[in-house]
Amino acid sequence: MATNSGDNGDILEQAAKWRGQGKGVALATVVSTWGSSPRQVGAKLAVDDSGAFVGSVSGGCVEGAVIEEGLAAIKDGKPRLLDFGVTNEQAWDVGLACGGKIQVFVERVE
Amino acid sequence: MKLELLKRAVESAAAGQPAALVTDIKSGLQELIQGADFKGNIRQSESLIAAIRQALVDDRSTLIETPEGKVFIEVFNPPLRLMVVGAVHIAQPLARMAAMAGYAVTVIDPRSAFASSERFPGVELSTEWPDEAMARLKPDRRSAIVTLTHDPKVDDPALIAALKSPAFYVGALGSKKTHAARLKRLAEAGFKETDFARIHGPVGLDIGAVSPTEIAVSILAQITATLRADRLKSRQAA
Repeated sequence: MATNSGDNGDILEQAAKWRGQGKGVALATVVSTWGSSPRQVGAKLAVDDSGAFVGSVSGGCVEGAVIEEGLAAIKDGKPRLLDFGVTNEQAWDVGLACGGKIQVFVERVE
Repeated sequence: MKLELLKRAVESAAAGQPAALVTDIKSGLQELIQGADFKGNIRQSESLIAAIRQALVDDRSTLIETPEGKVFIEVFNPPLRLMVVGAVHIAQPLARMAAMAGYAVTVIDPRSAFASSERFPGVELSTEWPDEAMARLKPDRRSAIVTLTHDPKVDDPALIAALKSPAFYVGALGSKKTHAARLKRLAEAGFKETDFARIHGPVGLDIGAVSPTEIAVSILAQITATLRADRLKSRQAA
């Protein structure tokens, strides 16, 4: 049924605050999930150009990699679609211990 | 992405107007659609418009494939609502925790000494009688209603309104004995077994809760289990 939107307002607020301070900001959003995944479609994470972040796209499993891509997106302005899952070669580096798969869209905030 | 668009989507939903934010994954171009009429100027194919409408109805954000590539449709629906009848001690932690879980909470109690802003800082309060409050709030299928006063004068009108509404959750505090007496009164008011089955009473999951905060946890847990019943069922079937 419904997506609870309680957290998104806080993430948005922090992103706006960072932008107001003149910082570069990227936003990551879970756009699809398969199998067991810790966050629902629509879950968000915002990161500033120093690597500080709010929100989450998983249970803490892939946030590190998402933040790296966020920093890259802040630099080059290109949106990215990231795949994470156990079928990934990097399963043991950057993967979901739960065995699920997620796709995360990362974009620079203007 | 433009932060302004996302902000407008969140604000639109909070104000009761569903919105959809449509993102072209390859280019990052976005379009905000508010309400049923499509004012946006995104290059809309018939099939994309149909998919957006369906996502809004299903209240489900989705990534779709189009001839032009992947498109993410993110749905922003008005928040779930919780109406708590009885501004008693349990209502204090329940209102706070439910707000954290994303619910728009209203605490209703005609006794203004109970429904005070000192006891419920930052919480929307109503000192109307529950039947009046319910007539104004119009609970829908995205609403949960919990009665906590133990006082039939206050609880019963709220339960009657709740049972006449499509609310997804109805809970009533009170012992088994209190609940049996309550059902008897509701039967006299013309309600049937099928109505009684909708009332969670005694309220809350049985986690051995003792303190008001623990009882609030058990109630919010039961509301969550009811909201997510489909997920729960598919998991248990697997």
